[in-house]
Amino acid sequence: MSTRLAHTGRLLTKARQIAFTFNGKHLTGFEGDTLASALLANDQMLVGRSFKYHRPRGIIASGAEEPNALVGLGTGASFEPNQRATTTALFDGLAAASQNHWPSLDFDVGAINNRLARFFPAGFYYKTFMAPRAAWKHLFEPIVRHSAGLGKAPRDRDADTYEHFYAFTDVLVIGGGVAGLQAALAAGRAGAQVLLLEQTPHYGGRAPVDGGKINDLPVDKFVEQIVAELETMPNVTLRLRCMGAGVYDHGYVLGYEQLSDHTPGIPGPRHRLWKIRAKQVITATGAIERPLSFAGNDVPGVMLAASVRDYAVNYGVSVGDRTVVVTNNDDAYRTAITLKTLGLEVPVILDARTKGGGDLMVQARALGVRVETGKGIAKVLGTKRVTGVAICTQAGEGAVLEEIACDAVAMSGGWSPVVHLWSHCGGKLIWDAAQAMFRPDVDKAPTGASGEAFVLAAGTANGALSLGAVLSDADAAGKAAATATGHKPKSDSAPQGETPAEALIEPVWMMPQGAGVKLRMKSWLDFQNDVKVSDVQLAAQEGYESVEHTKRYTTLGMATDQGKLSNINGLATLARALNADIPAVGTTTFRPPYTPISMGAIAGEARGEIFQPLRRSPMHAWHEENGAYWEPVGHWRRPYCYPRSGETHADAVAREVNQTRASLGLLDASTLGKIIVKGPDAGRFLDMLYTNMMSTLAVGKCRYGLMCSENGFLSDDGVVARIDDDTWLCHTTTGGADRIHAHMEEWLQTEWWDWQVYTANVTEQYAQIAVVGPNGRKLLEKLGGMDVSRETLPFMTWADGALAGIGCRIYRISFSGELSYEIAVPASQGRALWDKLLAAGQEFGITPYGTEALHVMRAEKGFIMIGDETDGTVIPQDLGLNWAISKKKSDYLGKRAQERSHMADPNRWKLVGLETVDGSVLPDGAYAVAEGVNDNGQKATQGRVTSTYHSPTLGKGIAMGLVLHGPDRMGEVLDFPRIDGSVAQARIVDPVFFDKDGEKQNV
Amino acid sequence: MLTLQCPYCGVQAEETELHAGGEAHLKRFGPGASDEDFEAYLFMRENPKGVHFERWRHVNGCGKWFHAARCTMTLEVFGTYSAQTSEPPQSIRAAISAKRPGWQWKDFA
Ligand SMILES: [Zn+2]
Repeated sequence: MSTRLAHTGRLLTKARQIAFTFNGKHLTGFEGDTLASALLANDQMLVGRSFKYHRPRGIIASGAEEPNALVGLGTGASFEPNQRATTTALFDGLAAASQNHWPSLDFDVGAINNRLARFFPAGFYYKTFMAPRAAWKHLFEPIVRHSAGLGKAPRDRDADTYEHFYAFTDVLVIGGGVAGLQAALAAGRAGAQVLLLEQTPHYGGRAPVDGGKINDLPVDKFVEQIVAELETMPNVTLRLRCMGAGVYDHGYVLGYEQLSDHTPGIPGPRHRLWKIRAKQVITATGAIERPLSFAGNDVPGVMLAASVRDYAVNYGVSVGDRTVVVTNNDDAYRTAITLKTLGLEVPVILDARTKGGGDLMVQARALGVRVETGKGIAKVLGTKRVTGVAICTQAGEGAVLEEIACDAVAMSGGWSPVVHLWSHCGGKLIWDAAQAMFRPDVDKAPTGASGEAFVLAAGTANGALSLGAVLSDADAAGKAAATATGHKPKSDSAPQGETPAEALIEPVWMMPQGAGVKLRMKSWLDFQNDVKVSDVQLAAQEGYESVEHTKRYTTLGMATDQGKLSNINGLATLARALNADIPAVGTTTFRPPYTPISMGAIAGEARGEIFQPLRRSPMHAWHEENGAYWEPVGHWRRPYCYPRSGETHADAVAREVNQTRASLGLLDASTLGKIIVKGPDAGRFLDMLYTNMMSTLAVGKCRYGLMCSENGFLSDDGVVARIDDDTWLCHTTTGGADRIHAHMEEWLQTEWWDWQVYTANVTEQYAQIAVVGPNGRKLLEKLGGMDVSRETLPFMTWADGALAGIGCRIYRISFSGELSYEIAVPASQGRALWDKLLAAGQEFGITPYGTEALHVMRAEKGFIMIGDETDGTVIPQDLGLNWAISKKKSDYLGKRAQERSHMADPNRWKLVGLETVDGSVLPDGAYAVAEGVNDNGQKATQGRVTSTYHSPTLGKGIAMGLVLHGPDRMGEVLDFPRIDGSVAQARIVDPVFFDKDGEKQNV
Repeated sequence: MLTLQCPYCGVQAEETELHAGGEAHLKRFGPGASDEDFEAYLFMRENPKGVHFERWRHVNGCGKWFHAARCTMTLEVFGTYSAQTSEPPQSIRAAISAKRPGWQWKDFA
């Protein structure tokens, strides 16, 4: 039984009772409880099931390292899976549910996996993926699928808000235990700007629970004093409930602040992500206690010794009436002494060391506690709850000497400094054999932009375990950080810490040291992922010598706790199995974040409209008011079509095409890129950029141009207009404007920097409207102001002027094959001109059309579209665009690349038109099959569809595609298998389906 | 998240303001170049563990391309300089030599 004690609970306000539910059961706790302490106070030790075997799992720890007590928290829009009960503050109305069990926590069908454990060995996934496919499909997959997944994903949109916050500081201290506080004080007193982050709601860390004295004061009093002093310092900022999540290049640190998780419903963001730039970072992150590997160490009721002490002292919770303590170091004696002092039973302390401990052992014995040295646990008795332990000699194989009844086991395998934040940005570790721990190698700290170290570890996180050593180490770190940031530390001395003298730890990686396979198969290393001592040994036996490989093979340390409890025990086990030294095996990589942070915090304010601001053309509102169906194009939204009531999208597209071809259409072309290129060398520059000649373009004329990458592939296209002697205006595709402008700048700034050329991306400065169709000229003449006749403004020319009193530039260019004018006006005039054109065009049945009608009409004309006919592997020559490639130029971007043998290969697929035999529409992306099979045994191919539409003009399906020797195979019929297994047949034809001689546009 | 000082506008820019442009000081090979030279220009890149020269653009800033000399191991930045040069300036080479005696990178030392 775990229960609430009458007289302790230093973090509780017992006057405030708090109601909460667990799996629907109504329970109560106190203000100051964590969910874990409140559950234990209600004797709810069983909190979940393990990932693979669905074994019963209890609370093991009291902090961020907890691997088992993960719950689903909240409901509906506030639901969150995998929340750690040990770090979740209790609040009124909290609703928690356990995970990974079906149908109930106490009776779980998946636990049958537990009986099948020998069929789920290390490397299970690797091995079964290799096994016969049928076994996977019919045997393993159904079992695995049924039980897979940790927690459930939320179904509703997150109801909370989140924010990002930027901070700059001289010294960032991560951790508000006594080390962090002392380091902050030392740096702060020197005048440095200090920011201190503490992940829990309390300062002081675990020192107040562990006891001892600082400057002759109880630790609690010292913490109170130092926090009070720090709070008066204007150059020091302290944050509680704010975790240092990750340390990155050049002093960049992410902090994760939980603002209202403990007080849900208060206004404001729930989490705040701190983006911090610190000149110096001090990691005062403490240490994590290691479990011991004995059989049954995962039975609910087996906990870390210091956590048992935390629950008793901080939360007034006894995890059991009779607690057996098992240890290889002195610290666990504190737990025995604490429990005994509170009137609880400690039947025995099993100390694996033959000589036992120091002063604390003497104290424990003086309290009447039985201490057995050189002994350990052979196995834990009980399944859903500890009922006793069988003890053995540590030196032996596990022969049972005695069974001792108990309802809790407090274990300690020693302490591992939390080196995660030290390691994130490249800090190296050394193996400290005397203390049996990896600790930061101060000579190999992460380095910043200056090449100097920017991270210092302090206190326990630096391997200093006694209170006195912690304080002097932290004081020195604070002073060093202050010095490094240009401040002069005070010459005061560090506070004096007093604790009992301790005997050295003796590493114990398996208990007993000679445990046979039966015991090893029940000795857990990773509690969340169900990795046992035997699994790691098997991995080693099967040749996995690298710790990173063993991690993946066994899934050791891959769960949401990232191996906080399991990593060191796991790699020590691996080292033993490989007969190698622990430092030779090394650790796996520590990656941020330290504990999982919410997706909401990562997104911050960037959700909905703010996630990616929409680019809107000057006519956007009109499109919206007139029922446009939107298509995302780059960051723009463009009308795909304007369906009228009762129309399908296909109906609308057909109407828009037909009306444009028959009379008059109107297109918002504002999103097309417009880049001005100007200067004495502009012509020369454009000749390098485009495959064709632009320097010879006459002022007043337009020319269609192609741009390639230096790798030869077609990258963008558009019409270029020569504005004056040294000015060109280059149109790009809608999505290409920023990319092409950047491309131009890159070449100008980094290759031809002595050329005198300026570029400006003026895309958004202009609204551009295409007036398209046989009645286009009549419409512009009706508006009046410019001579738009064939003679004055022929095809592929432009002119400045004013239409209906609005200053404009008209380009006579066409992407539809119709008589077409593209009219550019200042963006602010776009809507006015659009409205005038619509009003004046009524008599011609003017019809705004969208991108799909545009696409259909360009395909009817055989015009290529970047992104459809091109995909980054297509060169202009593939598309029959040789006419747009200058033969006279000695060089342009992509020219050399296009001379490579593969590019000049006559077997490259070439552009053709495709016309289905039955008039249907070819599936987009369909492949034309050929005789035989390829090297992979798949059907050979000889072409593919790049664009495919129903042509309302021609009343049938038309397509463009790339086909082997296509232009030489006119009239041949190809087979295009559909996804449903049927085959579409299409004839190779000229890609220009409509008005081959351009009679309609050239009028 | 590196920080690099833009040599044009002087801003100490962080990586989100910058666009990485790969290896610096490439010599362009165009028509007439051998297959080997062209391949090396287009595809072959240094990937050193140590001193490296890179191109960066202050894209969410002044828009200028510049060069950075830094150590890929320690993240130390030896300096940033104009992109309008075909080799690292003497001041940058000296700064590297002071920290990494005997360094070499392609044809530069
Ligand atoms: Zn700049």
